[in-house]
Amino acid sequence: MGELIKVGMADWKLCLGDNSVTTLGLGSCVGVALRDPISGVGGLAHVMLPDSNETNNNSNRAKFADTAIADMIAEMVKKGANKSRLVAKLAGGAQMFSFNSSKSDMMRVGERNVAACEKKLKEYGIRILAKDTGDNYGRTVVFFPASGDYIIRSVGKPEKTI
Amino acid sequence: MADLSMEQLTHEYFDVLKELGNIGAGNATTALAELINCKVDMSVPQVRMLEFNELGDLLGGEEMILVGIYLMVEGDIDGSMMFTLPQESALHLVNKLMAGMLGMPEKDIAEMEFGEMELSAMKEVGNIITGAYLNALSTITNLKIYPSPPQIGIDYAGALLSVPAAEFGIMGDNILLIQTKFSDDMDLDGYFIMIPDMDSYQKILHALGVM
Repeated sequence: MGELIKVGMADWKLCLGDNSVTTLGLGSCVGVALRDPISGVGGLAHVMLPDSNETNNNSNRAKFADTAIADMIAEMVKKGANKSRLVAKLAGGAQMFSFNSSKSDMMRVGERNVAACEKKLKEYGIRILAKDTGDNYGRTVVFFPASGDYIIRSVGKPEKTI
Repeated sequence: MADLSMEQLTHEYFDVLKELGNIGAGNATTALAELINCKVDMSVPQVRMLEFNELGDLLGGEEMILVGIYLMVEGDIDGSMMFTLPQESALHLVNKLMAGMLGMPEKDIAEMEFGEMELSAMKEVGNIITGAYLNALSTITNLKIYPSPPQIGIDYAGALLSVPAAEFGIMGDNILLIQTKFSDDMDLDGYFIMIPDMDSYQKILHALGVM
Protein backbone atom coordinates (compact mmCIF):
# COMPACT_ATOMS: atom_id res chain seq x y z
CA MET A 1 0.00 0.00 0.00
CA GLY A 2 1.26 3.40 -0.94
CA GLU A 3 1.06 6.66 0.85
CA LEU A 4 -2.06 8.87 0.95
CA ILE A 5 -1.26 12.46 0.01
CA LYS A 6 -3.63 15.18 1.18
CA VAL A 7 -4.54 18.21 -0.90
CA GLY A 8 -6.07 21.25 0.84
CA MET A 9 -8.50 23.79 -0.54
CA ALA A 10 -6.95 25.94 -3.31
CA ASP A 11 -3.95 23.65 -3.71
CA TRP A 12 -2.71 20.80 -5.91
CA LYS A 13 -0.30 17.90 -5.45
CA LEU A 14 1.42 15.39 -7.69
CA CYS A 15 1.16 11.70 -6.99
CA LEU A 16 3.43 8.94 -8.30
CA GLY A 17 3.67 5.16 -8.18
CA ASP A 18 1.16 3.28 -6.05
CA ASN A 19 0.46 6.29 -3.85
CA SER A 20 -2.95 7.92 -3.79
CA VAL A 21 -4.05 11.49 -3.39
CA THR A 22 -7.13 12.80 -1.62
CA THR A 23 -9.04 15.96 -0.94
CA LEU A 24 -11.80 16.16 1.65
CA GLY A 25 -15.20 17.73 1.51
CA LEU A 26 -15.36 19.28 -1.95
CA GLY A 27 -18.38 21.56 -2.14
CA SER A 28 -18.54 24.08 -4.94
CA CYS A 29 -14.82 23.39 -5.53
CA VAL A 30 -13.76 20.90 -8.20
CA GLY A 31 -11.28 18.06 -7.78
CA VAL A 32 -9.38 17.76 -11.06
CA ALA A 33 -7.60 14.41 -11.33
CA LEU A 34 -5.04 14.00 -14.10
CA ARG A 35 -2.82 11.08 -15.02
CA ASP A 36 -0.56 9.72 -17.67
CA PRO A 37 -1.42 5.99 -17.75
CA ILE A 38 1.97 4.99 -19.18
CA SER A 39 4.37 6.82 -16.86
CA GLY A 40 1.97 6.62 -13.91
CA VAL A 41 2.43 10.29 -13.10
CA GLY A 42 -0.74 11.77 -11.65
CA GLY A 43 -2.02 14.75 -9.76
CA LEU A 44 -5.04 16.21 -8.06
CA ALA A 45 -6.06 19.88 -7.91
CA HIS A 46 -8.65 21.34 -5.53
CA VAL A 47 -9.88 24.28 -7.60
CA MET A 48 -11.93 26.96 -5.87
CA LEU A 49 -12.72 29.58 -8.52
CA PRO A 50 -13.12 29.46 -12.29
CA ASP A 51 -10.92 32.16 -13.71
CA SER A 52 -7.77 33.99 -12.57
CA ASN A 53 -8.57 36.84 -14.96
CA GLU A 54 -11.71 37.77 -13.04
CA THR A 55 -9.81 39.26 -10.13
CA ASN A 56 -6.64 41.19 -9.40
CA ASN A 57 -5.95 39.02 -6.41
CA ASN A 58 -4.62 36.10 -8.34
CA SER A 59 -1.25 35.51 -6.68
CA ASN A 60 -2.32 32.07 -5.47
CA ARG A 61 -2.41 30.32 -8.83
CA ALA A 62 -3.62 27.04 -7.32
CA LYS A 63 -6.94 28.68 -6.46
CA PHE A 64 -8.18 29.06 -10.04
CA ALA A 65 -9.15 26.43 -12.59
CA ASP A 66 -7.09 27.91 -15.44
CA THR A 67 -3.81 28.51 -13.61
CA ALA A 68 -3.98 25.44 -11.34
CA ILE A 69 -4.45 23.08 -14.29
CA ALA A 70 -1.68 24.75 -16.30
CA ASP A 71 0.79 24.60 -13.41
CA MET A 72 -0.05 21.04 -12.49
CA ILE A 73 0.41 19.86 -16.07
CA ALA A 74 3.78 21.64 -16.32
CA GLU A 75 4.96 19.91 -13.14
CA MET A 76 3.65 16.53 -14.28
CA VAL A 77 5.63 16.86 -17.50
CA LYS A 78 8.76 17.61 -15.47
CA LYS A 79 8.21 14.36 -13.58
CA GLY A 80 8.03 12.38 -16.81
CA ALA A 81 4.41 12.60 -17.93
CA ASN A 82 3.68 12.98 -21.63
CA LYS A 83 1.23 15.80 -22.24
CA SER A 84 -0.46 14.06 -25.14
CA ARG A 85 -1.23 10.98 -23.04
CA LEU A 86 -2.91 12.82 -20.15
CA VAL A 87 -6.48 11.96 -19.25
CA ALA A 88 -8.76 13.62 -16.71
CA LYS A 89 -11.58 12.91 -14.28
CA LEU A 90 -13.62 15.56 -12.52
CA ALA A 91 -15.64 15.61 -9.31
CA GLY A 92 -17.33 18.31 -7.24
CA GLY A 93 -18.75 21.61 -8.40
CA ALA A 94 -21.91 21.26 -6.34
CA GLN A 95 -24.29 24.02 -5.54
CA MET A 96 -24.50 23.64 -1.78
CA PHE A 97 -27.21 26.22 -1.23
CA SER A 98 -29.64 27.75 -3.67
CA PHE A 99 -30.66 31.37 -3.47
CA ASN A 100 -32.73 33.58 -5.69
CA SER A 101 -30.88 36.79 -5.07
CA SER A 102 -28.76 39.30 -6.87
CA LYS A 103 -25.75 37.27 -5.86
CA SER A 104 -27.00 34.22 -7.67
CA ASP A 105 -24.03 34.37 -10.02
CA MET A 106 -21.76 33.79 -7.05
CA MET A 107 -23.95 30.96 -5.86
CA ARG A 108 -23.51 29.21 -9.19
CA VAL A 109 -19.77 29.08 -8.66
CA GLY A 110 -19.77 25.26 -8.67
CA GLU A 111 -21.23 25.06 -12.13
CA ARG A 112 -18.86 27.75 -13.39
CA ASN A 113 -15.89 25.93 -11.85
CA VAL A 114 -16.76 22.75 -13.75
CA ALA A 115 -17.20 24.65 -17.03
CA ALA A 116 -13.85 26.41 -16.54
CA CYS A 117 -12.05 23.11 -15.87
CA GLU A 118 -13.59 21.55 -18.97
CA LYS A 119 -12.57 24.53 -21.08
CA LYS A 120 -8.97 24.48 -19.86
CA LEU A 121 -8.66 20.73 -20.36
CA LYS A 122 -10.03 21.10 -23.87
CA GLU A 123 -7.39 23.71 -24.64
CA TYR A 124 -4.77 21.11 -23.80
CA GLY A 125 -6.65 18.46 -25.77
CA ILE A 126 -7.06 16.37 -22.61
CA ARG A 127 -9.97 13.95 -22.64
CA ILE A 128 -12.32 13.81 -19.67
CA LEU A 129 -12.93 10.12 -19.10
CA ALA A 130 -15.53 10.51 -16.36
CA LYS A 131 -17.08 13.10 -14.15
CA ASP A 132 -19.34 13.30 -11.12
CA THR A 133 -20.21 16.95 -10.80
CA GLY A 134 -23.01 19.32 -9.88
CA ASP A 135 -26.00 18.53 -7.68
CA ASN A 136 -26.16 19.84 -4.14
CA TYR A 137 -23.96 17.62 -1.98
CA GLY A 138 -20.33 17.54 -0.91
CA ARG A 139 -17.80 14.96 -2.06
CA THR A 140 -14.62 13.52 -0.63
CA VAL A 141 -12.38 12.06 -3.33
CA VAL A 142 -9.41 9.70 -3.51
CA PHE A 143 -7.46 9.31 -6.75
CA PHE A 144 -5.18 6.40 -7.64
CA PRO A 145 -3.01 7.46 -10.59
CA ALA A 146 -1.68 3.92 -11.10
CA SER A 147 -5.13 2.51 -11.92
CA GLY A 148 -6.96 5.73 -12.69
CA ASP A 149 -9.62 4.92 -10.11
CA TYR A 150 -11.30 7.98 -8.68
CA ILE A 151 -13.29 7.14 -5.56
CA ILE A 152 -16.07 9.46 -4.45
CA ARG A 153 -17.71 9.47 -1.02
CA SER A 154 -20.72 11.59 -0.03
CA VAL A 155 -22.87 11.87 3.05
CA GLY A 156 -25.67 9.30 3.04
CA LYS A 157 -24.78 7.88 -0.38
CA PRO A 158 -22.96 4.73 -1.41
CA GLU A 159 -19.32 5.13 -2.33
CA LYS A 160 -18.68 5.14 -6.05
CA THR A 161 -15.69 4.78 -8.32
CA ILE A 162 -15.50 6.55 -11.65
CA MET B 1 -12.18 56.19 4.83
CA ALA B 2 -8.94 54.51 3.99
CA ASP B 3 -8.87 50.98 2.70
CA LEU B 4 -8.16 48.46 5.36
CA SER B 5 -6.08 45.38 4.94
CA MET B 6 -7.21 42.19 6.58
CA GLU B 7 -4.11 42.23 8.79
CA GLN B 8 -4.98 45.67 10.09
CA LEU B 9 -8.53 44.62 10.70
CA THR B 10 -7.64 41.57 12.68
CA HIS B 11 -4.99 43.26 14.76
CA GLU B 12 -6.11 46.83 15.32
CA TYR B 13 -9.81 46.23 15.56
CA PHE B 14 -9.73 42.78 17.04
CA ASP B 15 -11.47 43.73 20.27
CA VAL B 16 -14.21 45.65 18.52
CA LEU B 17 -15.00 42.73 16.24
CA LYS B 18 -14.92 40.38 19.19
CA GLU B 19 -17.40 42.59 21.02
CA LEU B 20 -19.66 42.57 17.97
CA GLY B 21 -19.60 38.79 18.01
CA ASN B 22 -20.36 38.90 21.69
CA ILE B 23 -23.44 41.05 21.27
CA GLY B 24 -24.77 39.19 18.25
CA ALA B 25 -24.17 35.72 19.61
CA GLY B 26 -25.40 36.77 23.05
CA ASN B 27 -28.73 37.69 21.59
CA ALA B 28 -28.84 34.55 19.47
CA THR B 29 -27.97 32.33 22.41
CA THR B 30 -30.77 33.88 24.46
CA ALA B 31 -33.20 33.25 21.61
CA LEU B 32 -32.01 29.65 21.38
CA ALA B 33 -32.34 29.13 25.12
CA GLU B 34 -35.89 30.46 25.09
CA LEU B 35 -36.78 28.30 22.14
CA ILE B 36 -35.78 25.04 23.76
CA ASN B 37 -36.29 26.16 27.34
CA CYS B 38 -32.77 25.20 28.40
CA LYS B 39 -29.71 27.01 29.60
CA VAL B 40 -27.30 27.60 26.72
CA ASP B 41 -23.77 28.88 27.23
CA MET B 42 -21.56 30.65 24.76
CA SER B 43 -17.83 31.07 24.55
CA VAL B 44 -15.90 34.29 24.11
CA PRO B 45 -16.03 34.95 20.36
CA GLN B 46 -12.94 34.45 18.29
CA VAL B 47 -11.96 36.68 15.43
CA ARG B 48 -9.98 34.59 13.02
CA MET B 49 -8.19 35.13 9.79
CA LEU B 50 -7.60 31.81 8.11
CA GLU B 51 -6.00 30.58 4.96
CA PHE B 52 -8.28 28.41 2.88
CA ASN B 53 -6.41 25.24 3.67
CA GLU B 54 -6.91 25.91 7.39
CA LEU B 55 -10.67 26.17 7.01
CA GLY B 56 -11.19 22.44 7.34
CA ASP B 57 -9.97 22.41 10.91
CA LEU B 58 -12.30 25.24 11.85
CA LEU B 59 -15.31 23.08 12.59
CA GLY B 60 -13.69 19.81 13.55
CA GLY B 61 -12.22 18.59 10.26
CA GLU B 62 -13.34 18.68 6.62
CA GLU B 63 -15.21 15.41 6.87
CA MET B 64 -17.14 16.19 10.02
CA ILE B 65 -20.82 15.89 9.10
CA LEU B 66 -22.62 19.07 10.03
CA VAL B 67 -25.99 20.61 9.73
CA GLY B 68 -25.35 24.04 8.32
CA ILE B 69 -27.79 26.89 8.05
CA TYR B 70 -26.55 29.50 5.69
CA LEU B 71 -27.95 32.85 4.76
CA MET B 72 -26.83 35.81 2.75
CA VAL B 73 -26.91 39.26 4.23
CA GLU B 74 -27.69 42.35 2.20
CA GLY B 75 -28.48 45.97 2.90
CA ASP B 76 -25.87 48.35 4.28
CA ILE B 77 -23.56 45.43 4.81
CA ASP B 78 -22.99 42.39 2.62
CA GLY B 79 -21.82 38.99 3.59
CA SER B 80 -23.07 35.75 4.91
CA MET B 81 -23.83 34.06 8.14
CA MET B 82 -23.66 30.43 9.12
CA PHE B 83 -25.01 28.50 12.04
CA THR B 84 -23.55 25.02 12.21
CA LEU B 85 -23.84 22.09 14.53
CA PRO B 86 -22.98 18.39 14.37
CA GLN B 87 -25.79 16.21 13.09
CA GLU B 88 -26.48 14.62 16.46
CA SER B 89 -26.60 17.99 18.17
CA ALA B 90 -29.11 19.20 15.61
CA LEU B 91 -31.31 16.18 16.27
CA HIS B 92 -31.22 16.90 20.00
CA LEU B 93 -32.20 20.46 19.29
CA VAL B 94 -35.13 19.50 17.06
CA ASN B 95 -36.19 16.86 19.55
CA LYS B 96 -36.30 19.34 22.40
CA LEU B 97 -38.08 21.86 20.27
CA MET B 98 -40.79 19.48 19.14
CA ALA B 99 -41.22 18.10 22.64
CA GLY B 100 -41.56 21.61 24.03
CA MET B 101 -43.77 23.16 21.40
CA LEU B 102 -45.91 20.29 20.26
CA GLY B 103 -46.04 18.43 23.53
CA MET B 104 -44.62 15.35 21.85
CA PRO B 105 -42.56 12.99 24.03
CA GLU B 106 -38.80 13.25 23.50
CA LYS B 107 -37.64 10.54 21.16
CA ASP B 108 -34.59 8.35 21.29
CA ILE B 109 -31.95 10.18 19.26
CA ALA B 110 -30.64 6.92 17.86
CA GLU B 111 -33.98 6.38 16.14
CA MET B 112 -34.27 9.88 14.77
CA GLU B 113 -33.26 11.07 11.37
CA PHE B 114 -33.62 14.19 9.31
CA GLY B 115 -36.98 14.01 7.59
CA GLU B 116 -39.05 16.77 6.11
CA MET B 117 -40.37 17.87 9.50
CA GLU B 118 -36.97 17.90 11.21
CA LEU B 119 -35.43 19.89 8.37
CA SER B 120 -38.21 22.39 8.43
CA ALA B 121 -37.98 22.77 12.21
CA MET B 122 -34.23 23.20 11.97
CA LYS B 123 -34.61 25.87 9.30
CA GLU B 124 -37.00 27.75 11.52
CA VAL B 125 -34.57 27.53 14.44
CA GLY B 126 -31.93 28.91 12.12
CA ASN B 127 -34.22 31.70 11.06
CA ILE B 128 -34.99 32.76 14.60
CA ILE B 129 -31.50 32.70 16.00
CA THR B 130 -29.64 34.16 13.06
CA GLY B 131 -32.34 36.84 13.04
CA ALA B 132 -31.58 37.52 16.70
CA TYR B 133 -27.87 37.77 15.93
CA LEU B 134 -28.34 40.16 13.04
CA ASN B 135 -30.93 42.26 14.86
CA ALA B 136 -28.49 42.94 17.65
CA LEU B 137 -25.84 43.85 15.11
CA SER B 138 -28.20 46.13 13.26
CA THR B 139 -29.30 47.87 16.44
CA ILE B 140 -25.83 48.76 17.69
CA THR B 141 -24.46 49.81 14.32
CA ASN B 142 -27.64 51.45 13.09
CA LEU B 143 -27.04 49.77 9.75
CA LYS B 144 -29.68 48.07 7.69
CA ILE B 145 -29.15 44.34 7.55
CA TYR B 146 -31.51 42.20 5.51
CA PRO B 147 -31.06 38.45 5.77
CA SER B 148 -32.17 36.14 2.97
CA PRO B 149 -34.35 33.15 3.85
CA PRO B 150 -32.07 30.52 5.35
CA GLN B 151 -30.88 27.51 3.39
CA ILE B 152 -30.05 24.26 5.08
CA GLY B 153 -27.49 21.64 4.21
CA ILE B 154 -26.38 18.43 5.89
CA ASP B 155 -22.93 17.73 4.63
CA TYR B 156 -19.17 17.68 5.16
CA ALA B 157 -17.82 20.74 6.96
CA GLY B 158 -15.43 21.36 4.07
CA ALA B 159 -18.22 21.36 1.52
CA LEU B 160 -20.40 23.75 3.53
CA LEU B 161 -17.51 26.12 4.14
CA SER B 162 -16.54 26.15 0.47
CA VAL B 163 -19.45 28.51 -0.14
CA PRO B 164 -18.21 31.48 1.93
CA ALA B 165 -14.63 30.56 0.97
CA ALA B 166 -15.35 31.03 -2.72
CA GLU B 167 -16.79 34.47 -2.02
CA PHE B 168 -13.69 35.52 -0.13
CA GLY B 169 -11.45 33.83 -2.66
CA ILE B 170 -12.26 36.46 -5.24
CA MET B 171 -10.77 39.13 -3.03
CA GLY B 172 -7.84 37.43 -1.39
CA ASP B 173 -6.26 34.36 0.06
CA ASN B 174 -7.73 34.53 3.51
CA ILE B 175 -11.12 34.46 5.10
CA LEU B 176 -11.94 36.63 8.07
CA LEU B 177 -14.68 35.56 10.40
CA ILE B 178 -16.17 36.02 13.83
CA GLN B 179 -16.84 32.66 15.42
CA THR B 180 -18.71 31.90 18.63
CA LYS B 181 -19.19 28.48 20.13
CA PHE B 182 -22.31 27.63 22.05
CA SER B 183 -23.23 24.63 24.15
CA ASP B 184 -25.65 23.44 26.77
CA ASP B 185 -24.76 21.14 29.64
CA MET B 186 -24.74 17.97 27.57
CA ASP B 187 -26.19 17.52 24.13
CA LEU B 188 -25.71 20.64 22.20
CA ASP B 189 -22.76 22.36 20.66
CA GLY B 190 -22.27 24.40 17.57
CA TYR B 191 -21.07 27.65 16.09
CA PHE B 192 -22.32 30.97 14.87
CA ILE B 193 -20.10 32.31 12.14
CA MET B 194 -20.50 35.83 10.85
CA ILE B 195 -18.72 36.54 7.60
CA PRO B 196 -19.08 40.13 6.39
CA ASP B 197 -17.17 41.03 3.24
CA MET B 198 -14.19 43.38 3.53
CA ASP B 199 -16.09 46.57 2.68
CA SER B 200 -18.69 45.73 5.25
CA TYR B 201 -16.11 45.41 8.01
CA GLN B 202 -15.15 48.99 7.28
CA LYS B 203 -18.75 50.13 7.30
CA ILE B 204 -19.37 48.42 10.62
CA LEU B 205 -16.30 49.98 12.22
CA HIS B 206 -17.20 53.34 10.80
CA ALA B 207 -20.75 53.09 12.09
CA LEU B 208 -19.42 52.34 15.54
CA GLY B 209 -17.23 55.43 15.35
CA VAL B 210 -13.96 53.57 15.81
CA MET B 211 -12.43 54.55 12.49
